[in-house]
Amino acid sequence: MTQPLLEVSELTVSFPSEAGPVAAVRGLSYRVMPGEVLGIVGESGSGKSVSCLAVMGLLPARARISGSVRFKGTELLGQTDRELSRIRGRGISMIFQDPLSALTPVYTVGDQIAEAVLIHQNISKQAAMDRAVELLSIVGIPNPQQRATAFPHEFSGGMRQRAMIAMSMANDPELIIADEPTTALDVTIQAQILETLDAVQKRTRAAIVMITHDLGVIAGAADRVFVMYAGKPVESGGIDDVFYRPRMPYTLGLLGSIPRLDVAERLPLTPIEGSPPSLINLPRGCPFTPRCPMRIEKCEEIEPDLVVLSSSGEGHCAACHRSNEIEEQNLRSIDIFPAPLIVGSPVSGIPRSKRAKVLELTNLVKHFPLVKGAIMRRRVGTVFAVDGVSLDVREGETLGLVGESGCGKTTTILEVLNLIRPASGKIVVLGKDTAHMSNRERFEIRRELNVVFQDPLASLDPRMPVSDILAEPLLTHGVPASERARRIEELLETVGLRAEHASRYPQEFSGGQRQRVGIARALALRPKLLVLDEPVSALDVSIRAGVINLLEKLQADLGLAYLFVAHDLSVVRHIADRVAVMYLGKIAEIGEVNQVFGLPAHPYTQALLSAIPLPDPRKERARRRIILKGDLPSPADPPSGCRFRTRCQKFANELTEQERKRCVDEEPILSVQGGPDADHLAACHYAQGYAVLDDVPGA
Amino acid sequence: MASKVPQSRSRLVLRRLVRRRLALMGMVAVLLFFVFAYLGPHFYKWQYDQLDFQAFQQPPSSEHWFGTTQNGFDMLARTMRGMQKSLIIGLIGAVISTGIAAVAGAAAGYFAGWTDRAIVAFIDLLLVLPAFLIIAILSPIFSERTWLIFVLLLAAFQWMITARVVRSMTLSMKEREFVYAARFMGVSDWKIILRHILPNMSSFLIIDATINVSSLILSEVGLSFFGFGVQPPDISLGTLINDHWQSAGTPNGYQFYLPALLLVLLVLSVNLVGDGLRDALDPNAGGGGDR
Repeated sequence: MTQPLLEVSELTVSFPSEAGPVAAVRGLSYRVMPGEVLGIVGESGSGKSVSCLAVMGLLPARARISGSVRFKGTELLGQTDRELSRIRGRGISMIFQDPLSALTPVYTVGDQIAEAVLIHQNISKQAAMDRAVELLSIVGIPNPQQRATAFPHEFSGGMRQRAMIAMSMANDPELIIADEPTTALDVTIQAQILETLDAVQKRTRAAIVMITHDLGVIAGAADRVFVMYAGKPVESGGIDDVFYRPRMPYTLGLLGSIPRLDVAERLPLTPIEGSPPSLINLPRGCPFTPRCPMRIEKCEEIEPDLVVLSSSGEGHCAACHRSNEIEEQNLRSIDIFPAPLIVGSPVSGIPRSKRAKVLELTNLVKHFPLVKGAIMRRRVGTVFAVDGVSLDVREGETLGLVGESGCGKTTTILEVLNLIRPASGKIVVLGKDTAHMSNRERFEIRRELNVVFQDPLASLDPRMPVSDILAEPLLTHGVPASERARRIEELLETVGLRAEHASRYPQEFSGGQRQRVGIARALALRPKLLVLDEPVSALDVSIRAGVINLLEKLQADLGLAYLFVAHDLSVVRHIADRVAVMYLGKIAEIGEVNQVFGLPAHPYTQALLSAIPLPDPRKERARRRIILKGDLPSPADPPSGCRFRTRCQKFANELTEQERKRCVDEEPILSVQGGPDADHLAACHYAQGYAVLDDVPGA
Repeated sequence: MASKVPQSRSRLVLRRLVRRRLALMGMVAVLLFFVFAYLGPHFYKWQYDQLDFQAFQQPPSSEHWFGTTQNGFDMLARTMRGMQKSLIIGLIGAVISTGIAAVAGAAAGYFAGWTDRAIVAFIDLLLVLPAFLIIAILSPIFSERTWLIFVLLLAAFQWMITARVVRSMTLSMKEREFVYAARFMGVSDWKIILRHILPNMSSFLIIDATINVSSLILSEVGLSFFGFGVQPPDISLGTLINDHWQSAGTPNGYQFYLPALLLVLLVLSVNLVGDGLRDALDPNAGGGGDR
């Protein structure tokens, strides 16, 4: 057996704080073999990042660290910063989550990579610069010679992360630690980065420790995986063992709580109730006990150790007193966690065309002027944020609006919510045109139209208790005081909170509870249409499912219509009836969700669906991926003709010169796909259905 | 690490404030100055307008703790009276000036467009005007009326910088989602400013008002010293210093040094409270962490 590259044993990290020591990592042991990819998954606060910073010796001095970290047999803990610097970069290197703050803004990208080379290698400056250019070309940056002289702010997010990867491999390290390397990026860029990492790994044979909360990313990239909860690993093993034969309730819950992009029918999600425990004064016993549906008395007394499971694959361990039972009965997450029954919306029986339109956008346009100069302002250009969007939402249905950041989806909903006359086009809310609305009518419409924002903490005023937050819409619309108190209690119950929560402040709640408060506020005036702006993307994975289930239940009970804005296509597939895909201010494809996701006709939708990692190792590894080239063009200077053509895989690979000319000259309009009865339109001259998600050889 | 132990904010602030020894000392000192100025006269045998014909120009003694003036006024009684006025001018002025700054700055930032341009232009105009000169020129007008006009004038030239800060804070705060949420439920603009925007910068406003107190006391002293501020028969620390500055360096120096010393101590302790409040209310300020 070969010697492990990195051996971490009994690592513990704690931070002193005002309320007592915070036990961030409580006994973590793992080995990384040369050339293998180890995934560490966990929610925020599970100690996954802290443990890796401890390995790198990058924690602040006040952190108390114990245990042992051996890199190729050398103990790293307790070494001085100077000694560690010899290993960092050369032996172990790190890729951080936020590529903007990881690069120094005042030096060129090339200089920074060359610096990393010069520190560890005794070569000339010119040679180091050449190496920097070579590295940039390895990670797929076009024109590396020229781009090496650019500053970090001239790079897009995806390119910065590539530069970081180039820097991390500058000295051919044997181990690369990647801390959430794609979390800050859009899905199509994430796919590019994951591909780059994969290529780098193949080329350098370096081992990678990949930290992430995204089970899909892990499924595609890792050989072995660790699931962490409250500072401890709760399950570990080969990727297939953990994904197909999870034996710890937390892992089961986590896997059951993510909506699947590749499943057409609406399977119920299993939410994990409650939230992760505070790491200060953890009670004895298993920290997952309060949230675990399988808890027994023993769980509160003794914290289970990570033990090897006999009948599973090699090295599959779980920390649960009842993992044997789970193994014997082969329990699935639906067997353990209470999943709600899915009830159809009361209006689902009525055909769509017979239902009233609650929102209708016709050729909506929103341009922002680009101005220069302080006193003499002159217009130097236009940002075409939203450039002719038409869609409608009918009573009781959910329309998912998806696209990457910068595609104009947020601008679209802000235009709707502002309820003012758009620069061009028409917004009709509940049959009233915003162009001819009096202030009184606008105020009345606000009862019927409300919004839930992405970040629940930012959307609740931190200085108001929940009762005041919920009272605000009621007060504004003149609900009498006696009625208000009753309604607040009712609202809290509707969203699954308790009446005594009314006197608490937003900071005292967990993320999921805060979002419930946000939803309760939006419901206060009994609206007909809710605009949901990424309502679950700021929440931890285990909490998401609960909020999604709540939204579905509310829709069924109250007959709400949702305009659901998201970048997470799996969530949209789960919750939406129809979906609109936006690209650079225009709708690329729109239609019934199973038609669009099942047989996407627009190359952009195909690429988007293909870029999303599936939390299913076998499927994920077997898939063919469409990797888009480059970044989103600037909305101030969109390409002529079809806006997607600069990144389009079809344009680049399949079309003839003549066919391409049409894409350059003529802007495609939305046209019906798949028969006259289908609710499916795509804006592509050469639209052709292609079942991206089923494209698994041998499946 | 993300988990926090719920803790009431006011208690946390108080705990941080008390831990800063200097701030605590400043608070105690300010409190003592108030007691001294307002309660002191009730326990002292001499009144500020009372003449002692037995004692002209007497140095501090057990009879007259701070000595007497040339006319036989008791210095301690006059200092207490003067401090009353200085304290009240500082307090009222600070509240008015921070109030104007909050409303004008928030309106400029929130409404943007023409409102913003008008308010910013007005701020810039006030900033280039020589405040001292203008108050000096206007002083004959208010000298016959009440000193409150003087306070208003002082405050009117004090709020501009704060208003600019409030404006830029409002610009970022109006993009916050809870402000959007309020707007989209139909809450009126002024209600949003008063209910959401200003309360969320209250720590800044409290700190600013505290620091304004000391700066207004100093302005008052400066103007009164030159005879443009508080007019006799009212007494302030400024007029006291004006009356007696010539005694500095003479055997009667106590007439100047004692009120001047109290003035310095007062301003110092108010500033200590201001600094301490800033550290306690704003966890990001230097050393405000979890030490």
